[in-house]
Amino acid sequence: MSQSSVMPGFRPTIGFTLLYLGLVVLIPLSTLVFKSFELDWNDYVHIITNKRVISSFRVSFSTALVAALIASFFGFIVAWVLVRYSFVGKPFFHALIDFPFALPTAVAGIVLATIFQPSGFLGKLLINTLGVQVAFKPMGIVMALIFISIPFVVRTVEPVLLEFESSMEEAGSSLGATRWQVFTKIIFPNVFPALLTGFALAFARGVGEYGSVIFIAGNIPYISEIVPLLIVTKLEQFDIQGATAIALTMLVISFVMLLLINVLQYWVRKRSGQL
Amino acid sequence: MQKMILIDLFNKRLIHRSLYLLGLLTLTFTGTISAKEYSILNVSYDVSRELYKDINVAFSDYWLKKTGDKVNIQQSHDGSSKQAAAVIAGLEADVVTMNQETDIDKIATKGLISKDWLTRFPDNSAPYTSTTVFLVRKGNPKNIKDWDDLIKADNAVILSNPKTSGNARYSYLAAWGYALRKSGSEEKAREFITQLFKHVPVLNTGGRAATNTFIQNNTGDVLLTFENEAFLIAKDLGADKFDVIVPSTSIEAEHPVAIINPVAAKKGTQKVAEAYLEFLWTDAGQEIIAKHHYRPRNPEILARHADQFAHLELFSIKDIIPGGWPAAQRIHFADGGLFDQIYSR
Repeated sequence: MSQSSVMPGFRPTIGFTLLYLGLVVLIPLSTLVFKSFELDWNDYVHIITNKRVISSFRVSFSTALVAALIASFFGFIVAWVLVRYSFVGKPFFHALIDFPFALPTAVAGIVLATIFQPSGFLGKLLINTLGVQVAFKPMGIVMALIFISIPFVVRTVEPVLLEFESSMEEAGSSLGATRWQVFTKIIFPNVFPALLTGFALAFARGVGEYGSVIFIAGNIPYISEIVPLLIVTKLEQFDIQGATAIALTMLVISFVMLLLINVLQYWVRKRSGQL
Repeated sequence: MQKMILIDLFNKRLIHRSLYLLGLLTLTFTGTISAKEYSILNVSYDVSRELYKDINVAFSDYWLKKTGDKVNIQQSHDGSSKQAAAVIAGLEADVVTMNQETDIDKIATKGLISKDWLTRFPDNSAPYTSTTVFLVRKGNPKNIKDWDDLIKADNAVILSNPKTSGNARYSYLAAWGYALRKSGSEEKAREFITQLFKHVPVLNTGGRAATNTFIQNNTGDVLLTFENEAFLIAKDLGADKFDVIVPSTSIEAEHPVAIINPVAAKKGTQKVAEAYLEFLWTDAGQEIIAKHHYRPRNPEILARHADQFAHLELFSIKDIIPGGWPAAQRIHFADGGLFDQIYSR
């Protein structure tokens, strides 16, 4: 007689998990692979090494990276404030954080373009004070990506900060550590893995983002053209194979980068004794 | 007691009503034996939404009077090439009404439209035309009058990406045609186009998105778009904000239509679909077309509405590119074509 597992219901749940992942994730993704198999290797390389395609990869990944870094920095501060302090209207700010999740990204794009355009409220201010034009430049893409990715950081860091035991902090300060030392030696290492997850989510979201970016980017080839736009352009020219080839490449690069971030996260956890 | 009577009355009324409804249903049922009800889908491009809303009402009335059959027309609008791709992918359109030949040709190569569609109806199967004009801010502060003014100094020109937008393809070809006919050399025309796109700060993916950038986001000094869209903006979105500028010469944009044979055959709607498209050439159809600032084919109706159309010299695509649309697509807009070369480094 087989012994029943400690965790009941493993078989049905793993079955459900596999079915769900297969239907919703694997089948659509495999279509991408099979569609691009219709190309031979030389055609594929020819599409991918096109200068314009490479430029768009550079634009997409660099803006997503910068946006994720900025979003991580400010997202951490926002999460910190929301967890550690109480102030009037806190529930309102909590709701505000999730707002970019609910807003259709195209609406966000149009709104951002309106305020950051050279004649817009913030756009004018930035040009007059710093001399930078945001809208219709790569900076505009970064701006849109920060907007849509900051909730990812806040919402992943927040629970870790909530659960964080203040006894460690107290022990640190009673042993004579300064506030700064407590933060850098105790708090930050503990929160860092969560922050990395938030960063990875923000980055992944930024790489694939389309709706909010196209309105503020300017979409000029070689300068502010993102990969998703190039894919849509190809599709609208009925070049489905070309589009899938680019999409597949982007998928592979993103997957590798996310994998690296996960490995890094594992390493950090291990080092800080969380595993 | 009184309550009881009320209920009784109510019930009586209910019974009467039910009987009445039953009678009505029987009538409709026997009615449907002779009269049929059709439903057709018109898949069209982005900015024709307002036009076909009017056309559909007029055609339903006309068809009901003529045959006693009811017809429901559904409309679907998006970027022209996107719509063509949807039809190829299986969107069950009875008819397509596009803004250029390329998109219908693409559907035809998949066997969904007969190869000779261009001669199926009069006027290259295009019941109306339009042309590319300029829209500027009220009072024309940058003093833009013709194509040469677009590339002056710091003027910012708004149009969408010709690779994805039919509207922008016409704008591009209008500029190309102007420069080519003026200088007589392709070299000069290429230079002009390159200069022009240096003045384009934003490339949108579709005509309406470009309109949005210009009027909503307040970006740019001049918008290049179809005459009907320009007049729609100038009239409906702010007579006090924009002026339509008519260049000396521009391209004639034919907006062709076609029947999707397999779908119509399957649904048994061939007759009504054909009548729907033919209706566009009738006086009633042409009047509605003129009302929406598209140029009707009927010369009398065109003359009657002359005041709402720009007066300028028009050239056709065949005048500037031997081989017409297929050649234009290959030379200018295909990957690695002239348009890509403008941006290549």
